Amino acid sequence: MILHPGILALLLGAFVSLVLIFFAALAGVKIIVHWDPSSSSAEQLLLERTTYLISTIVGLVLCFSLFSGLLFLYTTDDIHPLFIGAMCATGTLNANPIGWNVLLIKGIIFFLASLWVIFNAIDQHCEDTPLVRKKYAALLILTPLLAMDLVLQFRFFSGLHPERITSCCGSLFATGSGTAAGELAGLPPATTMVVFYATAFIWLCTVLFCLGKRAGWLRLLLFLESLLLLPLSLISVISFISLYVYQMPSHHCPFDMIQKNYSFIGYPLYIGLFVGILFGLVPGIGRVLGKTTSLKREIEKRERKWLLSAFVFFSLFLVLSSWPILFGKFQLFPQ
Amino acid sequence: MIRLLKILEFALSSLARRKFKNFSIIVVYSFTIAVLASVLLLTHSLKKMAMDVLVDGPDIVVQRLSGGRHDLIPADYSGIIEKIPGVGRVQPRVWGYYYDSLNHTNYTMLGIDEERQRFVMVDGKAPADDDQCMIGQGVAGAQHAETGMDLLLIDGNGIGYSCEISGVFKAASDLWTNDLVLFTKDALRRFFAMPDGLATDITVEVFNAREVPQVAQKIKRLLPDTRPITIDEILHTYESIFNWRSGLMLTIFTSSLIAFSILAWDKATGISGEEKQEIGILKAIGWDTGDVLTLKLCEGMVISATSFLVGVSMAYAHVFLLDAPLFVPVLKGWSVLFPRFHLVPYIDAYQIIVLGFLTILPYMASTVLPSWKAAITDPENAMRGV
Repeated sequence: MILHPGILALLLGAFVSLVLIFFAALAGVKIIVHWDPSSSSAEQLLLERTTYLISTIVGLVLCFSLFSGLLFLYTTDDIHPLFIGAMCATGTLNANPIGWNVLLIKGIIFFLASLWVIFNAIDQHCEDTPLVRKKYAALLILTPLLAMDLVLQFRFFSGLHPERITSCCGSLFATGSGTAAGELAGLPPATTMVVFYATAFIWLCTVLFCLGKRAGWLRLLLFLESLLLLPLSLISVISFISLYVYQMPSHHCPFDMIQKNYSFIGYPLYIGLFVGILFGLVPGIGRVLGKTTSLKREIEKRERKWLLSAFVFFSLFLVLSSWPILFGKFQLFPQ
Repeated sequence: MIRLLKILEFALSSLARRKFKNFSIIVVYSFTIAVLASVLLLTHSLKKMAMDVLVDGPDIVVQRLSGGRHDLIPADYSGIIEKIPGVGRVQPRVWGYYYDSLNHTNYTMLGIDEERQRFVMVDGKAPADDDQCMIGQGVAGAQHAETGMDLLLIDGNGIGYSCEISGVFKAASDLWTNDLVLFTKDALRRFFAMPDGLATDITVEVFNAREVPQVAQKIKRLLPDTRPITIDEILHTYESIFNWRSGLMLTIFTSSLIAFSILAWDKATGISGEEKQEIGILKAIGWDTGDVLTLKLCEGMVISATSFLVGVSMAYAHVFLLDAPLFVPVLKGWSVLFPRFHLVPYIDAYQIIVLGFLTILPYMASTVLPSWKAAITDPENAMRGV
């Protein structure tokens, strides 16, 4: 176990978040069982008041989980000099592969908690609060995820041994290394580039169409495209975007770009990608959930903002990743 | 957005109305943050200083081991190491520590020959013969010594030894100059009563940084009684030690954090009749539970932000202006007689975020439930003072 301030902060944050969300989930179960909007009993009144508490708690937890994702990335990068062979966050994550699962869980928590907060805000603006049971059922999924986050982080950090020799991005993301990451790095850059930009173009067009038309199928299409675009964007980062950022034809690491040497460009790049995709998912889910008139009205009121946010954030990702391709000195393909 | 700003404005005036209660929380909160921030800032600064010095160090230091303990190494081992392909300059070093009982300080004494041009002179010149020495700027400042004066010492045989200070040098880091005294190698060997042909250790330069571990292995194979220490190993060790020390201190101070959280919980729970009445009136004039809860959270954020700023400023002043008198003995090193030096101010966003996680998070978590309880107060009961 490495007693590093960042690790202590992450573990404390995960513990406090879990305690808060556990408390919220317990109250949520009560609401699922006893919720009766037609009743005006004291119990129903208390349940309605409890919803405010739960909203606040999940809001806080989301806020912490956002920061904790970034803090986790920075900390894994910061402690890499402790491991022989490590040169960035990849080396630390390879020193105890549970770290990769932590990263995955943090990603899932980010999407779920954000969606929860967005739809909770809508639900609270509807007088009949039609999503109550669904919301609190979702909370029962979020709670074990936060528990897993704490347990996995603890296992990851306690299993890090500085004397262990680890392999870093140079070997993990090496073409022909036989690993899944190696396979991704080995994808032909030209083909990946064409597929990525074509999909991104279609996605942006869908967002613009959604802004102009109210058709439900367009939102569902955008949802499906977003689900496809997230892994495709991550693959593209490994396959060719990283090459241009580092200006090296064989360096495929998705983590080096969060280092100071590359002006921390990875942070706005990944924030743009994740937030853009999040807002791309929301209108589609809104269409599925918006069965009642009140919900429909509230969703339509906000939809424009979501679509614009999706457009702006994903464009940020596109601009940051395309800038070195268009204006950098590095040329991957001979002219 | 405007609504939030209006609530924030109300929160500020509401906090100002209960000055004394909030002031006491801010004092305790700021103090807790200042303690934790001092630990973080101090270790980070120490680590950075140590790394800056070490990064220019030799690629490999070869020590001789005898009975598992560090022993003097034959200087002719350097001839064997030099023959390893990829190895650059190999130099036997003569150095040691000296406790000056007159001034109650420890000096690090180093023998130099050709490498004297590496030192930037402030005054005078490098030692020309065995009766001269040069001292770091820090030593000169602390001992009020200057070029031309004599340095009085007691040598390895217990006999008084006087040498003339030929010059004063400076370096980028205070760590270099605050305890370093330089002699010619022969003079220092005589001073420490070290047999001829022996050195303290041997430094090895390796042209290609990637070959350092292989060269170290080869040295170990060729000279089994030695211990080659690579620069990376030294850097890892320092990194681990400083992380461990600050982590340990932070863990210890977690208890104060828990105590503070309990205090925050208690203060937030025990709302006065006047406060209850205020919430009752707000609700009666149309605020809903969500608005009151936002108000309470805004109050919490204002208290946190104020305490955070005050706490971090206090820590900054404690560490970088006063040289951290409270924590230096524990965090700097185990040596009691360490040279004095000034810490280089260094603060980054990472430390701030870590600190926020360690302090604001527990505060917000411990006040959320009492805030909610206050927000759901029934207006009628509140106004009647029930």
